[in-house]
Amino acid sequence: MCGIVGLFLKDQSLQPELGSLLSDMLVTMTDRGPDSAGVAVYGAEENNTLKVTLQSLDPQTEFADLQEVLSSELDCKVPVQVIDTHAIVRVPADRIDDFSAAMQKLKPSLRMMSTGNSVEIYKEVGLPADVIDRFSIDKLAGSHGIGHTRMATESAVTTLGAHPFSTGYDQCLVHNGSLSNHNIKRRELIHEGLTFETENDTEVAAAYLTHKLNQGCSLGEALEAGIDDLDGFYTFVVGTQNGFGVLRDPIACKPAVLAETDQYVAFGSEYRALVNLPDIQSARVWEPEPATVYFWEH
Amino acid sequence: MQIDITDGEIRNLNQQLHAQPADSTTKCEVLNPNGAHAIAVGLNAPLNVSINGSTGYYCAGMNKHANVEVHGSVGPGAAENMMSGSLTVHGDASQYAGASGHGGLLNIKGNASSRCGISMKGINIVVHGNIGHMSAFMAQSGNLVVLGDAGDALGDSLYEARLYVRGNVKSLGADCIEKPMKEEHLTELTELLKQAGADATADQFKRYGSARELYHFNIDNASAY
Repeated sequence: MCGIVGLFLKDQSLQPELGSLLSDMLVTMTDRGPDSAGVAVYGAEENNTLKVTLQSLDPQTEFADLQEVLSSELDCKVPVQVIDTHAIVRVPADRIDDFSAAMQKLKPSLRMMSTGNSVEIYKEVGLPADVIDRFSIDKLAGSHGIGHTRMATESAVTTLGAHPFSTGYDQCLVHNGSLSNHNIKRRELIHEGLTFETENDTEVAAAYLTHKLNQGCSLGEALEAGIDDLDGFYTFVVGTQNGFGVLRDPIACKPAVLAETDQYVAFGSEYRALVNLPDIQSARVWEPEPATVYFWEH
Repeated sequence: MQIDITDGEIRNLNQQLHAQPADSTTKCEVLNPNGAHAIAVGLNAPLNVSINGSTGYYCAGMNKHANVEVHGSVGPGAAENMMSGSLTVHGDASQYAGASGHGGLLNIKGNASSRCGISMKGINIVVHGNIGHMSAFMAQSGNLVVLGDAGDALGDSLYEARLYVRGNVKSLGADCIEKPMKEEHLTELTELLKQAGADATADQFKRYGSARELYHFNIDNASAY
């Protein structure tokens, strides 16, 4: 199972409600997967600043001196906003490599969940309603977002096994399904220099897309290549700085429903997830075709 | 009677429908289905149920005798294992509509997605739009009528179900072939189109059926399975 939701706003006046609309959609999908939940939200961009979402197993200790330590090491102001087990760190864009080096040296046990101009990723073990509550996701504003609730099959129920997975700057991936060739693909990608933190199949799909993008593919081309290279069942929803996309495997047994109005494009594993969206009665509602890349951009 | 299921009280709805006498033709209107699962499943009386919106998984599953109408679209597994009666869908149907159905009429006014009529065992299915890939996979008996186009691998590993398609077939599955339209087929199809209120005539369709090469395992056919 697993449940996926996604919302891409065309109407800017809905942006303050993004977190609340997406949260409502995700809670409706709770019975598709109770193990963990996560959300990627694309919020306001800040000039010359990259937002890094960090996660800690021991936030009280590890985040306590984080701002001080980073600001001192980088010799500039590095604001840290702690939210439960996560922290959003704002790093000057031209210092991101120094930041990564500082993290390796000073805080190697912290996990980087996402990096980008606008994306923030929040994910934890637990039910969607609890995860939303812990991070106040329903209060977030933004232009688009993706949510996932997981029924674990291929790897353990852990925070790092939760979705979304980051696939690069301002990019993320969620997945419903299971990949059957993820072990061999992981070995191939390790050979290509990529690193992995879990035994999870979706992390392999995320790394695969990252690798393709690093080789110069567009996201559409990377997804197209995935149809040949990734074996198994999947409905993928991907987020980028400007848009979001959907891809189902050629067998397409994992459910997917899209809805589009003048105000938004919405994705749900089931129609149930979409019923409280504004003016859904007049939306165009359809199932995405198998092995077909769908993409919307601002 | 009228039942509002905004609060998700599906069990209450189905229990009220199951409690009707065996010969009851009661009309029931279901309000605010909101994509809920298992609406009007396991009915066993000639009830007339009208659902005012779109449903989730397994709408009218295992139906016997009742006539169910959905004024919206249906999720996966609509009319799964239907025995008799009918399900009419005014919108689209998700995957495996009418799966393993034994009887009755599944009438889909829009499109149906993949695996429509998989393993059907006597049900009649009329789809006014298109159907997706792997439809009528291992279909055993009954009729699948498609006014639009069919996706890949139509009728793969087909037994004795009859498939009538007016539009294009993207590809035929293993052991499924085009067969001649005989008088009996034209008669049968005309009757089905009339029952479904379809705007088409039997002579516009092609018939597909089993080549009967894969009924019994033969080592020479191993690559075809």
